[in-house]
Amino acid sequence: MSEQDVQSWIKDQVTANDVVLFMKGTKEFPQCGFSGRVAQILAYLGVNYRDINVLADQSVRDGIKVYANWPTIPQLYIKGEFVGGADIVSEMFQSGDLQTMLTEKGVPTNKTHKVA
Amino acid sequence: MPMQPEEIERLIKASLPDAEVDIQDVAGDGDHYAATVISEAFRGKTRVQQHQMVYTALQGNMGGALHALALQTKVPDSKPAQ
Repeated sequence: MSEQDVQSWIKDQVTANDVVLFMKGTKEFPQCGFSGRVAQILAYLGVNYRDINVLADQSVRDGIKVYANWPTIPQLYIKGEFVGGADIVSEMFQSGDLQTMLTEKGVPTNKTHKVA
Repeated sequence: MPMQPEEIERLIKASLPDAEVDIQDVAGDGDHYAATVISEAFRGKTRVQQHQMVYTALQGNMGGALHALALQTKVPDSKPAQ
């Protein structure tokens, strides 16, 4: 894919899917500890998400760094918005901000707190 | 080629002069670092913006010469920024 095609392809993916994780490897077989950490958090929360393996396509691996002006993988997107990499996602998960954000954006999780 | 922690700190401080920088070599291999950066410049910024400021300071070394830098950014005398 050309650089411009990659950028519009990425935009399509993060728009068409509620939650997208650009990662090294797949959600079943992460090939990097940082990618695995985010996949584990999403699995724990029961979030349905699209995983995109950047190792499968060098143009996506390069293009995603440009797309969010973010130099590293993994990258988590919720409803088209770039949320962060492994450090930020872990920090948000521990503080509960990630769960709040998912709920506010209408993404179902198995940890949604019902208001009594 | 791995980067030395002094070089990482120097680059961050060149861009964020008031920054308090703490760097740990987490694996002891000169290639996997954890950094805490505290700067007034982060105030009012999102976490993503704060990390982007540090990455910009590192001038393209992140993801290249610097394979792994676990990053935590904070505003002085406060809890981790929202």
